[in-house]
Amino acid sequence: MKFSENWLRELVNPNIGTQALVDQVTMAGLEVDEVIPAARAFSNVVVGEILTAEQHPNADKLQVCTVSDGTETLQVVCGAPNARAGLKTAYAKVGAVLPTPEGGEFKIKKAKLRQVESFGMLCAEDELGISDDHGGIMELAADAPVGACIREYLGLDDHIIDVDLTPNRGDCLSIKGLAREVGVLNKAPVTYVPIEAVPASIDDTLPIRLEAPNACPRYLGRVIRGVDVTAKTPLWMVEKLRRSGIRSIDPIVDVTNYVLLELGQPLHAFDLNKLDGGIVVRYPEAGEKLTLLDGNEVELNSDTLVIADESKPVAMAGIFGGEATGVTAASQDIFLECAFFDQIAIAGRARAYGLHTDSSHRYERGVDWQLQREGIERATALLLEIAGGQAGPVTEASDEQHLPSASTVTLRHSKVNAMLAFDMPSAEIEEILTRLGMEVTASGEGEWRVAVPSYRFDITIEVDLIEELARVYGYNNLPVKVPTAQLPFTPCAESQVTVQSLRRTLVALGYQEAVTYSFIEAGLQRQFDDQHEALALANPISAEMAVMRTTIWPGLVKALQHNQNRQQSRVRLFETGQCFIQQGDELKQEKMLAGLLSGNREPERWTGKSSPVDFYDIKGDLEAVLGLGGVADEFTFVAGSHVALHPGQSAEIHRNGNVVGRVGALHPALVKSLGVTGPVYLFEIELGSVLEGKVSKFDDLSKFPESRRDLAVVVAENVAYDAVKAVAMEQGGEYLKKVTLFDVYQGQGIEVGRKSLALGLTWQHPSRTLNEEEINTAVENVINRLQSAVGATLRD
Amino acid sequence: MENMVSLLEEAAKAVAAATTVQELDQVRVDYLGKKGHLTALLKGLGALSPEERPQAGAKINEAKQQVAEQIGARKSALESAALEAQLAAETVDVTLPGRGQELGGLHPVTKTLERIESFFAGIGYSVAEGPEIEDDYHNFEALNIPSHHPARAMHDTFYFNANTLLRTHTSGVQVRTMETQQPPIRIVCPGRVYRCDYDQTHSPMFHQVEGLLVDKNISFADLKGTLEQFLREFFEEDVKVRFRPSYFPFTEPSIEVDIDRGDGKWLEVLGCGMVHPKVFEMSGIDPEEYTGFAFGMGVERLAMLRYGVNDLRLFFENDLRFLGQFK
Repeated sequence: MKFSENWLRELVNPNIGTQALVDQVTMAGLEVDEVIPAARAFSNVVVGEILTAEQHPNADKLQVCTVSDGTETLQVVCGAPNARAGLKTAYAKVGAVLPTPEGGEFKIKKAKLRQVESFGMLCAEDELGISDDHGGIMELAADAPVGACIREYLGLDDHIIDVDLTPNRGDCLSIKGLAREVGVLNKAPVTYVPIEAVPASIDDTLPIRLEAPNACPRYLGRVIRGVDVTAKTPLWMVEKLRRSGIRSIDPIVDVTNYVLLELGQPLHAFDLNKLDGGIVVRYPEAGEKLTLLDGNEVELNSDTLVIADESKPVAMAGIFGGEATGVTAASQDIFLECAFFDQIAIAGRARAYGLHTDSSHRYERGVDWQLQREGIERATALLLEIAGGQAGPVTEASDEQHLPSASTVTLRHSKVNAMLAFDMPSAEIEEILTRLGMEVTASGEGEWRVAVPSYRFDITIEVDLIEELARVYGYNNLPVKVPTAQLPFTPCAESQVTVQSLRRTLVALGYQEAVTYSFIEAGLQRQFDDQHEALALANPISAEMAVMRTTIWPGLVKALQHNQNRQQSRVRLFETGQCFIQQGDELKQEKMLAGLLSGNREPERWTGKSSPVDFYDIKGDLEAVLGLGGVADEFTFVAGSHVALHPGQSAEIHRNGNVVGRVGALHPALVKSLGVTGPVYLFEIELGSVLEGKVSKFDDLSKFPESRRDLAVVVAENVAYDAVKAVAMEQGGEYLKKVTLFDVYQGQGIEVGRKSLALGLTWQHPSRTLNEEEINTAVENVINRLQSAVGATLRD
Repeated sequence: MENMVSLLEEAAKAVAAATTVQELDQVRVDYLGKKGHLTALLKGLGALSPEERPQAGAKINEAKQQVAEQIGARKSALESAALEAQLAAETVDVTLPGRGQELGGLHPVTKTLERIESFFAGIGYSVAEGPEIEDDYHNFEALNIPSHHPARAMHDTFYFNANTLLRTHTSGVQVRTMETQQPPIRIVCPGRVYRCDYDQTHSPMFHQVEGLLVDKNISFADLKGTLEQFLREFFEEDVKVRFRPSYFPFTEPSIEVDIDRGDGKWLEVLGCGMVHPKVFEMSGIDPEEYTGFAFGMGVERLAMLRYGVNDLRLFFENDLRFLGQFK
């Protein structure tokens, strides 16, 4: 809420400067966003009256005016189209100092404009730093005293304070509420504007019927006849409204806005003669429509409370008035509404129509349910004063049963002390609460009954009061300590690999961690996963962020694209994060680890040419990661297809028979369509499966020598190495410790369609030296089974 | 015997002339070998009288010893020269770059998250995580934010349907912990959170760390002390810290914490407060017996302040030139 500092100080004027005041309310929980001067610094600008205005002899767009500054008459050349005889405006005399838009200042001198002398300047609002308006020179009221200092006349030695209130402090959405708070903080007296009932001078009334009393338990209305909508709103009101960011419209609207700002009570005025009979506060019927004051027609939702007359809705209750019954320049008789709407009945309703008004803002946060009579009397008095007319009696419809009731809260001294960690003296507690307008009564040993005023409807339980005590006492004046507690041991399973060590392993392997969005473009998502329907957001921010990823790959490939477009050819990325898969009724939110590898194997360097990475680079990196938990042998790689992967370079990662991940080359068709430079390799694996390892177990070291035999076997090229290895392990006997593959060869000397695998087999016995015969037998068994099982021949 | 002197002179010349270990070895063979010149002299001893033999033998042996020593000395000299030469030949330019993989790096968000987690782990907090797609109850209702609450408007929530949404904070994890665990509770909840807002200072996805401590006799003073120390440790500076009243539906009193890093400007860095009794009640914890505090901080915001990053969007572009700065 924006407000004029001077207006606040009319009610409460503590002996502190602007900055101190701003700091004070900020530290009391009413955070000030911005403080701007009501006008920039300037001097020697007075109310001037244009006596004559004639066309400049040498310039189409200029006029030559004679201006009275109250003591003399001077000639001023002016370019504003609204300069005209009789207008009172801001006149900067020769010698005046005005602000420049850049923050500097300049001095007005006697000048010659196209051979015509000019003594000073007539000013627009922006030229005085009052607003950005450069539509023309200022138009002051006809009764503005010629010669008066503009700063004084407009009260420009003021600041506009913008306070960003939290939703619980609806009571401070008014000058009155803010003044009350400032009074509490400074122990300063607050002078509220006296509000007296305006006696009725006519008898006219309208009947009011509350059909939804839980949403609207109180509605006050009053007929005022014979108002002059064309009357001029007084300068003081226009300026106060302006400093709260509200433009003056006509005296009716201005008065309702003014009372809203002053007291926090929204009001609405209808054109009495456009209402069909009395007022009904009800929920709309199906299909009912309303054209709002902004000209837009809306179909009313069934939960939107409306104000209706006997035939139609005429306003969205607490939110916005209707166009058909609005006050116009031609209106003479009005019906003034001042109601209390329940917070819950209004909350969220404006937003459903894309609306947000000063009124809905207040009702959603709560309005004092005791304020309506003051509101209507204050508005009536102001209206009669400005626009004339005759007021009827106030009609009040209310439903006591549904009105909120004053709350009384029990406060225990022990709870105050425990929460704030010091012994706050009873006298101080009572004093602070009393200052806040509460009625405090001792109700037992160390206990009070606290009656809360109706404007502090946010206070309903004990801790609400403790917060008030802390706030007024000052958070920063309260003690500081650190918690002490018994420290239990934190379980730390040794078998569990930490994400931290996993990340650092990948970093050591040259991977850079990425963080990509969890929501991606639907089409891209489908290109990477044709098995699952991605979960779509109901209100995405854009099509690029519309569905929840089921895999991290699209994000990483997008990141690759971004980097390749910026001359980064060697890209290694990894990411951990949740992926989201809907399986029937169940939503799986699984943490995944994914990596991307592209570009050359080594960074560019002097030691030799590097070649592009291939499948075995990413597999090697992945194996390093899978080995962290000491269970590398539980993972197997099985050729398998995937929509995003090259069919010949794609593997499923299995752990104990379950598919836990995938690795492979990005499909060349995707490489092309996504406009990246390939080859690109990817892996993705359930993070949990990588992190779950084992606790190491010691095996005795054999004191006896190892024996090794090397075999070169030739198999069909589609025979998987894993199959060959499995035969060797199985047939090599109990003491075969290790099978190492040290060469794979295809080419000269080997039949087309076959490949040679060179295996190193190592045996060792724990308690003796193996003899030649035993090893020869084992080798023979291996060879025989390789022949029968995978069609292997020995390479000659 | 008369040619012994000349033999020794010749041997000395030959030793000196040898320029390699191999040539020197030949010299050894020539003089000391089985058929060497000095060995041959020994064979001549038989022609001498038994009286003369010992003396002559001793002389020959002395001469052999002398030659062997000369050869030994020469060998050392040659070897050390050869080593010198080898070393000279093997000298490298130590300023050439090394071989091997270039290190990757952690994302600045992870670096920041890990630091925050480790500070709190050090004082007994454990890390708790939870789902990013949440239900309305755990994200709002259980946190004292009923559907009509104006605070919902501040959250700009992404929805899937009326009941399912992307969590707007990690507070749901706190609720789930309180539902399943009786106090004492000390947890930090890191993770991705989502708000429907996108500009230079807002990202639709960002990271939070929230913390929760619930125990007997936990006070406002404990909250102040914990966060004040955390902020000083995090920034490794004696930052000025101030606690400003604010409002969150799930805490009361609610606080926003500002820091001043010496330039006189207060920057908001985190929100916190004493857990609201309604939140305790909804999760089955007795607010008369236990009190607690909760706090939440934006990880990107802290990373921006810590590292001087000036645009939030950089965190999610994954530009290697940006990421590479956080090694």
